[in-house]
Amino acid sequence: MVTIRAFEDQVRQFHRAGLAPGLVHLYSGQEAVAVGACGALQPADVIASHHRGHGHCIAKGGKLDQLFAEILGRASEYGLGRGGSMHIYDPANGNLGTNGIVGGGVPLATGAALSAKLKGDESIAVCFFGDGVLNQGILFEAMNMAALWALPVLYICENNGYGEFTEIDDVTAGRPYTRRGEAFGIASEKIDGMDVAQVYAAVSAAAEKARSGGGPTFLICDTYRYSGHHVGDAEEYKDDAERQLWLERDPILKIAALLGSHDAAAITTEVEAEVKAAAGRAKAVPMPAAADGGGGVYAQ
Amino acid sequence: MPNEAQTMSLKEAVLSAMFEEMEADERVIMMGEDIGAAGGVFKQTDGLFERFGAARIIDTPISESAIFGLAVGAAMTGSRPIVEIMFGDFITLVMDQLVNQAAKVHYMSAGGYAVPLVLRTGIGVGGNLGPQHSQSLHAWLAHIPGLKVVMPASAADAKGLMKAAVRDNNPVIFAEDRMTYNLLGPVPAGEHLVPLGQAVIKRPGRDLSLIAISRMVHTALAAAETLAARGIDAEVVDLRCLAPLDMETVLTSARKTGRALVLDGAHLSFGITGEIAASIGEAAFDYLDAPVMRLAAPDHPVPYSPALEQLSVPDVDQVIAKVDAMLGLAA
Repeated sequence: MVTIRAFEDQVRQFHRAGLAPGLVHLYSGQEAVAVGACGALQPADVIASHHRGHGHCIAKGGKLDQLFAEILGRASEYGLGRGGSMHIYDPANGNLGTNGIVGGGVPLATGAALSAKLKGDESIAVCFFGDGVLNQGILFEAMNMAALWALPVLYICENNGYGEFTEIDDVTAGRPYTRRGEAFGIASEKIDGMDVAQVYAAVSAAAEKARSGGGPTFLICDTYRYSGHHVGDAEEYKDDAERQLWLERDPILKIAALLGSHDAAAITTEVEAEVKAAAGRAKAVPMPAAADGGGGVYAQ
Repeated sequence: MPNEAQTMSLKEAVLSAMFEEMEADERVIMMGEDIGAAGGVFKQTDGLFERFGAARIIDTPISESAIFGLAVGAAMTGSRPIVEIMFGDFITLVMDQLVNQAAKVHYMSAGGYAVPLVLRTGIGVGGNLGPQHSQSLHAWLAHIPGLKVVMPASAADAKGLMKAAVRDNNPVIFAEDRMTYNLLGPVPAGEHLVPLGQAVIKRPGRDLSLIAISRMVHTALAAAETLAARGIDAEVVDLRCLAPLDMETVLTSARKTGRALVLDGAHLSFGITGEIAASIGEAAFDYLDAPVMRLAAPDHPVPYSPALEQLSVPDVDQVIAKVDAMLGLAA
């Protein structure tokens, strides 16, 4: 979690310095979801992420320097600078990609679960998505098939309260939102997405169930993004009192209290140095060559 | 040694290709509506379910977006799906998964992931199915880098192209005009591959080139016979694929004959006929004796009524009228 927080702080600096182009969506505040969930998975398990996806890439084992390099538009191992923040794929770690389309990863993860079932290899798929996907039809089409065929897939909704600049409750009917999964007979639960232990426990149980043929699970993790929809969003739609309430529930502070301040500070120091070094290596990755823009459109 | 040929319909040829590829590679699966025990609404998957079972011939709900989206995820993780989208019109429902995901994954992942799948669909005008079941949207798809677009005209090509499409490591659209399903032709038994991206000369000729794909190849061939009786020797080029597009064969033909008419069963405006005509103009202008001409479907939805439907498909008489105009023989 500390790695993700430091990584995102660095991305913000890169963006403000004009080194990270385009749109970057920071995961700060939501770390417990990616870390708790990915910590409960096996290396062969796959995930599908979303536009706010740096945290998932890191929690699933991604290389910090190469992640930075892709976000900087450099010729990274992940995408040669073709995709950037919203399109980072890591096949070695079973990451089907961050995604620029809201809900785009839902059928990808469900399809990976179909592959896993056909192969009979006991791997599972996890799909992370934001609360905005609660209103995308593809979620319901995919959940229907996952329930019908008992696919080993976990749907993990990160409800950070806002779809872009709009409060999710203003645009979403049918509370509690777990009813969306229950409608398909999918075990559905709302959990505290600011508590890494609770996420880990819930995902572990759901993963075990999926592996043993018990089918999908839908988890809604209540969480909060500390920054705007993207770096540069003035966040006029949020108020300080709300922000303060969530900061008090910070997932890293919660763990730090358990570890004690000495150990927590030591971890932070070590991780920040590691992230800084990775950022330095990323800046040394060359920009892509002109030919990289037109290459790789088709597989051999 | 050449394989012995059997006479079969285009639909049967595609089925034999899918049957053989599924026998050869257990990663090949099929997904679609009514493709299982029902054998397909046009019997185009007849017998596959009995042979390969429900695990590999997957009957789906009517949820095109998720059918195709799941197939993309499955293709990224070791499966090789053939997805059936019953009518080409319904491709509109899979556009995000097709255009934003499948077409770009290999590119954006720097080759880390590939998406080896086939989207099989029936297209075209006929049967009075109305404006939402009669479209030919192949120009949309050929416009997207990362997709391959295959449109067979003969039974033998249908088999060889389908086998090549299943073995290809990219998302391939395999669009069959439903009016060609029952066309008979000789089809080699067993291994018969037609590489994607190779046009073929269906009829050699000296005086002009008729460039066509799918059902329009047959219209062109019929027109060529009529023209031959009048002493006009037309060459017919069957593109077979729009992406990759074999412009070399097209240009060689156009340079030889000096005149080219491009045909398409889809709408004229912003369609493939304009693209191919422009490419001929750019690369072969000095060889041309007449402007490159186009003949395609009119720019209105395909109407339902028997009194109207066939007026929205280019026919032999229209081809001949265009040819006469190109040769200065117009009345």
